[in-house]
Amino acid sequence: MSNGLRDVAIVGVGATPYYKRGGSAPQTNLELAGKAILAACEDAGISVKEIDGFAYYSGAGAGYGDKMDTADFMETLGIPEVTFTASLTSGGGGAAGSIGLARAAIVAGDATTVVTVMTLQQHKQRLGSVFAASAPDPINSFLQPSGLSGPGHLMSVLARRHMHLYGTRRDAFAEIAISTRENALNRPKAIQKKPLTKEEYFNGRIIADPLCLYDFCLETEGAVAVITTSAERAKDLRQKPVPVVAVAHGGRREWGRAFAWYGMPDEYFASSGNAPIAKRLWDQSGLTAQDIDVALLYDHFTPMVLMQLEDYGFCGKGEGGEFVESGAIRYKGGSIPVNTHGGQLSEAYIIGMTHIKEAVEQMRGTAINQVADAEFALATGGPASLPVSGLILGSAA
Amino acid sequence: MSDVRATTLPADAVHITTNSDTEPFWQYAKEGKLVALQCGSCGHFRMPPTPFCPECQSTEKNWKELSGRGSVYSYAVIHGFPGIPDITLVGAVVSLEGADDARLVTNIVDVDPSEVQIGMELEVTFSPISDGWQLPVFRPAQG
Repeated sequence: MSNGLRDVAIVGVGATPYYKRGGSAPQTNLELAGKAILAACEDAGISVKEIDGFAYYSGAGAGYGDKMDTADFMETLGIPEVTFTASLTSGGGGAAGSIGLARAAIVAGDATTVVTVMTLQQHKQRLGSVFAASAPDPINSFLQPSGLSGPGHLMSVLARRHMHLYGTRRDAFAEIAISTRENALNRPKAIQKKPLTKEEYFNGRIIADPLCLYDFCLETEGAVAVITTSAERAKDLRQKPVPVVAVAHGGRREWGRAFAWYGMPDEYFASSGNAPIAKRLWDQSGLTAQDIDVALLYDHFTPMVLMQLEDYGFCGKGEGGEFVESGAIRYKGGSIPVNTHGGQLSEAYIIGMTHIKEAVEQMRGTAINQVADAEFALATGGPASLPVSGLILGSAA
Repeated sequence: MSDVRATTLPADAVHITTNSDTEPFWQYAKEGKLVALQCGSCGHFRMPPTPFCPECQSTEKNWKELSGRGSVYSYAVIHGFPGIPDITLVGAVVSLEGADDARLVTNIVDVDPSEVQIGMELEVTFSPISDGWQLPVFRPAQG
């Protein structure tokens, strides 16, 4: 069996508190991101002045309302020189893959100590109505008039097709929301810490039928940063290094312009678009879904968790509903604990970065909801416009 | 069953823009014609309209007038829109008769949303939007 890549490792993670929408003011995105970066440096036991690379995703966007800028970070944090600064295109689909971008820089010798950061405030634009708020352009003129006004509305259409093809029930979406909430209950920083009952779920306001309020992720604010360095250098730092075992970003044309396009063939339409990423992760690592001990799956909307479970092979295509309803994804008693940190549905939505943070903590053995003897963690980015991405971390050593 | 009828967004809430690839679609719609973009070289349909045929990379374009019939590929029942909290829309992906796998993202109107189903047969109708354009939307096929 392959041992995976293991040429770089994550050595530091840091985060701000998480805030409800509007709660992080008067801090700015620059301040939030800076606090997360400094916290990640402290965690790693390095000076911020040692950072020489930035590997972003989402086009270095801070949500849909703001941008991150390397020169701003250098000037305000006192970083003397960078030798690499780049971003994956598109949106949160690239969250996990940004660690691969950091790896590319380190393996190529372009940088030694690379930070990936995401920060999010929503005073300029609520994420939930982002497509309605965009200025009309020739392509979105084929979407906006329909009133599919936010990402969840779009994914509701994918979910409906999955239900039609495979008999998937809203009970499965409920189980994802409820089990994720369960995992957030004991987390001090989580936004939602009250148990969610099935009755409450089914009484939840329908936003875009078949999806209700509880199928949508939180609208939160905050920042998370992660520091990646070479496996060699990682040995000398404060934390036991968490090796990058596999990482990939990209996707197939069939997922293509993804959920705002809706031209995909059925195999991709009722999917998370992550199947090609899964294949590459398994090829790089020699692992299969059965080897993964904890899965941190991008959960902006519940059905997309179910479809990722299928795309990564935790269950067969079309079997996600039954698999989830069996209790398989529960932290307590499940065969593959999913989103042990409470995910974007209940802890906080920082566009994918909390999943990487949790994967690191699980591999260090320090997670609040630690999976016993966990050896491999999967974290994903997306499902969204390409690139989507995935990351496998190994236990710290 | 409910008393709610699915509608469209108000005309003045819908603005479109065009480019040289997409404008013919909207000009035909203004005349009450539903068309799809077909490659002028290999016959492959693609929507929304784009510069190149993804199958053969040709830029030759054939605007094929369609029968106006279609069927529901998938849909969501949308409750509320920013600034219009009480509206009910059926946002739908519609397969277009005579255009192979090309689909249109649109609305289904004049229907109780609880009666919409995947596979439901539809026919086109046109709804006014801003700046004199018309939006092709669909209602359940009559007979």
